Amino acid sequence: MADKRMTEQDVVAELRSGMTIGIGGWGSRRKPMSLVRAILRSDLTDLAVVSYGGPDVGLLLAAGKVRHLTYGFVSLDSIPLEPHFRAARQAGGLSVTEYDEGMLRWGLYAAGCRLPFLPTRAGLGSDVMRVNPQLRTVASPYTDEDLVAVPAIHLDAALVHLNRADVRGNAQYLGPDPYFDDLFCTAAERAYVSCERIVPTEELIAGGAVQTLLLQRWMTHGVVEAPGGAHFTACEPDYGRDEAFQRDYATAAADPAAWAEFVARYLAPDEAGYRTAVAARGAGTA
Amino acid sequence: MSGDATRAEICVVACAEAWRGDGEILASPIGLVPSIAARLARATFAPDLLLSDGEALLTRGTWAIGGTPPLVEGWIPYRAVFDLLYSGRRHVMMGPSQIDRFGNANISAIGDFARPVRQLLGVRGAPGNTVNHPTSYWIPRHGRRSFVAAVDMVSGVGYDRAAAVGPAVTRFHELRRVVSNLGVFDFDTAEHRMRLVSTHPGVTLQEVCDATGFELEIPATLGHTRLPTEEELVLIRDVIDPHGTRAREVPG
Repeated sequence: MADKRMTEQDVVAELRSGMTIGIGGWGSRRKPMSLVRAILRSDLTDLAVVSYGGPDVGLLLAAGKVRHLTYGFVSLDSIPLEPHFRAARQAGGLSVTEYDEGMLRWGLYAAGCRLPFLPTRAGLGSDVMRVNPQLRTVASPYTDEDLVAVPAIHLDAALVHLNRADVRGNAQYLGPDPYFDDLFCTAAERAYVSCERIVPTEELIAGGAVQTLLLQRWMTHGVVEAPGGAHFTACEPDYGRDEAFQRDYATAAADPAAWAEFVARYLAPDEAGYRTAVAARGAGTA
Repeated sequence: MSGDATRAEICVVACAEAWRGDGEILASPIGLVPSIAARLARATFAPDLLLSDGEALLTRGTWAIGGTPPLVEGWIPYRAVFDLLYSGRRHVMMGPSQIDRFGNANISAIGDFARPVRQLLGVRGAPGNTVNHPTSYWIPRHGRRSFVAAVDMVSGVGYDRAAAVGPAVTRFHELRRVVSNLGVFDFDTAEHRMRLVSTHPGVTLQEVCDATGFELEIPATLGHTRLPTEEELVLIRDVIDPHGTRAREVPG
């Protein structure tokens, strides 16, 4: 049986510029940040990004990696407005698809179900229809209602971060919310899961109820062991959001010189270098 | 009745009143004053409401802002919130940056959508919420920048937009009330134009009209928003918001 272990670099090597990439998690929660950081260090560009957005979106925008962005919101949760997202939108020129959160779910689900669309009320009457003129409505064959036909969102690749996985790509979340990580994976040609720890399969079920086994191995193509891989976003119960670091991130993002320093210190080095820099920062403020 | 209630406490009670009579549905307060209000409503006159901890747990009991709920009674991850809201068994209170006379509400972006002057959160769940279940709004800074003639990006759907689209929207669309730091409003008029229901104690009709960027419907008899009861004040001050965070959102 396949051993799907990879490194972040291996995953990035399978991606191509111009691809549509879905990123799991929600806001500043359980984001595959080590995979995002690996993309930042790569020469990948021109990406179409699909996300319930947090700092994953902010970092990719700041690095000029994004051709198009599909989202329902972009937020750091404890800091409501994502600074790089705001800057990119307010500068103009960013191509976006802004959806209702439920429409985004429907688009991913439709792709996973190999359906061209799924119907919904969400969006009707709102300016989501105005700013997305590609959206069409569909007449209900059973009632007198016209509903929004949310088109399938096909992903070339999905990146998600869970708490545990085995080498075959079964993966487990141990926090309170699966978010939509399974839908991102099933909407994608290839799905890559990073995790806090790769464990023997029998340890998965020892670590949590069977319902925590969110990703089945048919959904995933690569498994990356990435301890701290969601930092600075939350990865309950392994760790909460690093609020102090997130504040530093948001502060630095507001000032070009401070941002250049942030990039040099945290994002230019490899993942081991990132962890060292984060640890040094923690020691310095303790 | 208590005469020493602050404006913030009066606003909390006015927001809580939005959920009166809702029964066994999910109350989804967005923001601080609505969160205090929903907990107050359940602790007093709306005991059957469901409330989440703001993440994925359904909770019982009454707990403080920043604290831990005493009892978990269910699991409500985001996917379950979406399923529940499609069933209609939810009443959300959102905090838009702009609202117009028909209750169109904007949480997405200020200015031209292609290049906003001020990018906000994005539409989030507002389009789906407003066409699936009752919605109310809380606006802590009532002024001509928030109560506007036309919102820049319709995120939550108002009555005129709903009527223009037809039955797929009007079927479950209902805007219950709007609470601001100055008064309480509803849409219970012939064409669902926003109506002033009551001014908060100490606020004049003229103040409200001056701070509103469109013509409000004014009823023949205009009352004051009710004061909190002693029981409500004890709950707000000692149990739900002991650190007084509400005063940061509504000064005075």
